[in-house]
Amino acid sequence: MTENITKKIKSIKFSMLSPNSVKRMSVAKIVTPELYDREGYPVDGGLMDIRMGVIDPGLKCKTCNQRLKECPGHFGYMDLARPVLHIKYLDTILRYLRSTCLECGKILVEEEKIKKHLKNVRDAEQERRYKVKKNLINAFANSIKLVKKCPHCKAKQKKITIEKPSTILEDGKRLTPIQIKARLEKIADMDIISLGNNPESAKPEWMVLDILAVPPVTIRPSITLQSGERSEDDLTHKLSDIVRINQRLFENINAGAPEIIIEDLWDLLQYHVTTFFDNAVAQVPVARHRSGQPLKTLHERIKTKEGRFRHNLAGKRVNFSARTVISADPRIRFNEVGVPKVIAMELTIPEKVTEWNIEWLKGLIKQGPKNYPGANYVIRPDSRKKSITDETQEALLEELQPGYVVERHIVDGDISIFNRQPSLHRMSIMCHKIIILPGKSFRLNPAVCTPYGADFDGDEMNLHIPQTEEARSEAEILMSVENHIISPKNGLNIIGSMEDAISGLYLLTKNMKFSKKDATELLFSAGIVNDEMKDFKNEVSGKEIFSIVIPNDFTFIGTSKNGDDVEIKKGQLIEGVIDKALVGEDNGQLIREIYAKYDEQTGIEFLAKIFKLGIETLLKSGFTIGISDSDVPEKVNKKNKDLIEKAKLKADNLITDYEKGKLEILPGNSMEETLELKITEILNKVRNDISEQVNNSVDENNPTIIMANSGAKGNLLNVAMMSSCVGQQAIKGKRVKGNYSGRALSLFKKGDPSPEAHGFIEKGYKQGLNPYEYFFGAMTGRDALMDVALRTPKSGYLYRRLSNALQDIRVEYDSTVRDAEKSIIQFKYGEDGIDIAKSDGGKINVKKIIKQIKKK
Amino acid sequence: MAKEFDIKKHSLVPEHTKLTEEEAKKVLSEFNITKDEIPKILLSDAAIEKLSPEYGDIIKIVRKSQTNTNTTYYRVVVNG
Repeated sequence: MTENITKKIKSIKFSMLSPNSVKRMSVAKIVTPELYDREGYPVDGGLMDIRMGVIDPGLKCKTCNQRLKECPGHFGYMDLARPVLHIKYLDTILRYLRSTCLECGKILVEEEKIKKHLKNVRDAEQERRYKVKKNLINAFANSIKLVKKCPHCKAKQKKITIEKPSTILEDGKRLTPIQIKARLEKIADMDIISLGNNPESAKPEWMVLDILAVPPVTIRPSITLQSGERSEDDLTHKLSDIVRINQRLFENINAGAPEIIIEDLWDLLQYHVTTFFDNAVAQVPVARHRSGQPLKTLHERIKTKEGRFRHNLAGKRVNFSARTVISADPRIRFNEVGVPKVIAMELTIPEKVTEWNIEWLKGLIKQGPKNYPGANYVIRPDSRKKSITDETQEALLEELQPGYVVERHIVDGDISIFNRQPSLHRMSIMCHKIIILPGKSFRLNPAVCTPYGADFDGDEMNLHIPQTEEARSEAEILMSVENHIISPKNGLNIIGSMEDAISGLYLLTKNMKFSKKDATELLFSAGIVNDEMKDFKNEVSGKEIFSIVIPNDFTFIGTSKNGDDVEIKKGQLIEGVIDKALVGEDNGQLIREIYAKYDEQTGIEFLAKIFKLGIETLLKSGFTIGISDSDVPEKVNKKNKDLIEKAKLKADNLITDYEKGKLEILPGNSMEETLELKITEILNKVRNDISEQVNNSVDENNPTIIMANSGAKGNLLNVAMMSSCVGQQAIKGKRVKGNYSGRALSLFKKGDPSPEAHGFIEKGYKQGLNPYEYFFGAMTGRDALMDVALRTPKSGYLYRRLSNALQDIRVEYDSTVRDAEKSIIQFKYGEDGIDIAKSDGGKINVKKIIKQIKKK
Repeated sequence: MAKEFDIKKHSLVPEHTKLTEEEAKKVLSEFNITKDEIPKILLSDAAIEKLSPEYGDIIKIVRKSQTNTNTTYYRVVVNG
């Protein structure tokens, strides 16, 4: 497959085409707007001339004698009857005209100043400070604009103006492209450098076209419709317009037609050439198809997301990939991905035939492409590809021998790369092992949702199958899930226990007791079998069960979520309760310790085991909440009501104070603002007080409280919101404002500053909200929704710009940060040279390291 | 009139020093770079005004750092 490289690209240079080089590289002169003759054969000198390449399967290119797909295409050219301005260089032309003398063509500054400027430009160029160079030149050109008299030949200068789109005026009189070209030709090479161009590759007079390069047929192929009719490319349409007008202009000039007619045709030629380059120039009418759809000419082919760069070059479609909806399966491993059978039968892996695997591969060929597991193609040693069908099957089985390659279906254990867009960090693309599952969706373990940012509300993900041995091992070593548990952004574990698993572990290690039988059964159902289980006594505590999964030589002291010590000695959980702070996402001290002390494999296995153990514990013990779980003792209820009443009273007092003007004003605020602040403060305090009351009163075995305490989901404030008081609703950090004639809803009095009128919800969800309270809740809900909907695309664009700007900056082996030119950006990565992913939360904890060494 | 203001005394202006030729060579060889691969500083930069810099000098800058107590940075003087 690989071809020998005979030439190596050393550099690429972009430059303008001179009229000479256009002629030199051309193979055909285009003279007629006709495309095909009566037989449908391309006309010589027409736009589909076969000297410029072929798009018919039968024909051969007259220039290189090659067929379709082999011939790269060749340029042609067209003589324009009168020169026209190149619309893309209009600004540059203007700058040259304004900066140079209309008589002698020199820059309108004294010789000395030009020399000084030239030196500055060259210095900047040499130091590769291109932006500085650009600014220098812009400033120089701008400073010349208003010069009235040429310092060299003393000629009086006229004012150059432009009338969009492409008419250049001098003191109100029109300059024809011929005149402009004559002016530009007078400019000396040195002056061209001063104004920012390289005279070898971009002479200003080339910006006025009197010869037009005609792109090869191969970049503007025509399509043959089913009816046999040909449909030409947009570029061909445009070019034929140019040829037609050009011809008419020629004829009129030769016939000596009046100047007005010639000028009209000339303008029309200018229009067509302009839209050939760019069909979206301001104030130029858009050239359209007969159907009214705008033509897609050169500029539109390159530009924007759908253009050549972003659509075809920066982004390509790939083979051996699949995409479907994802769903959860907590029973598969973290580094596995469930693949539906229909997809497995499309995706293949090329397997080289050897004498050791020939029988197995023959079996797969026998299965064919329609049975699973089977094979789709056989590749012969001469790299000819044969598809396996009922007819070819027998023959292929017969001829198969070592050296052949069989493209077999993917099977359990094959390597794949799994990805979810937007790929914002490196954990968005990880390596998973395939397992084939029934159904039509990809299955992944819910624990790896976080790195991908995935949920199961209809998300789709992509799967890629690496095709070479190198690619597979690279993916497995560098991209596997177990290598990405620690995030490089903050050195914390991005994968950890979540939700039910945390609740389960919390309950298990808190005070659960099991009989020996139950304990063994629980561990079995979580897939854990261990020698230590033999030592179980008749009564087994949850802590002992958890200790089974901890490595035996592991010692650890940490803090749980509520600040209590957690101690593990020689693989035994002695003290403390396991919760979010120890095993959760981003917080799991325990997980990171194990990950650091042992290898990745041990780390991920530990994580997988406790995850399952947590879930199984909940399954065994049962875990649910009901409406009665947000019940609050009558005493507390009454107290809460009192608290609210008191707060309202306080607010009322403030309001009366305000009305009387007796309110003490806070520094830097007006009277109204002071009132707002004080009321908000009171109302926020009341909810916190209530929350405290509620939490003191509820049983700590209450499921909601368990979830909040363990860090599985929700917090204590949410409990108070359900049971007693939802609290103050805020929009933009303030109380809900009355923007409709001074009130939020028409049922309130105008200008009423009381808590109820500004979004204070004094009831809990359980008691039910009254209509206006509900409405306030909906207001904040909508506000949050809007906020998300508006922020996501904005931050996405911001991120795109950031990552494009930083994409080729990297840390070199000497720990300097350099860009693509190998220029230094940072002399030491992050100024301290620390690899965050290998640090302790971004720092190096020296005390801890000393302790560890001492122990040894 | 107003007293001349020494910006080097301002807390936000880090310490700038000019390297001798030998020191400069050492820095270049330490990072295995040429002068046009180092970040640049303008000759007219106010922070190095008093060091009487010349085109091509290397300026050492010692800054406070968020991640480290101090960090050294080098810049080469360019025209402008």
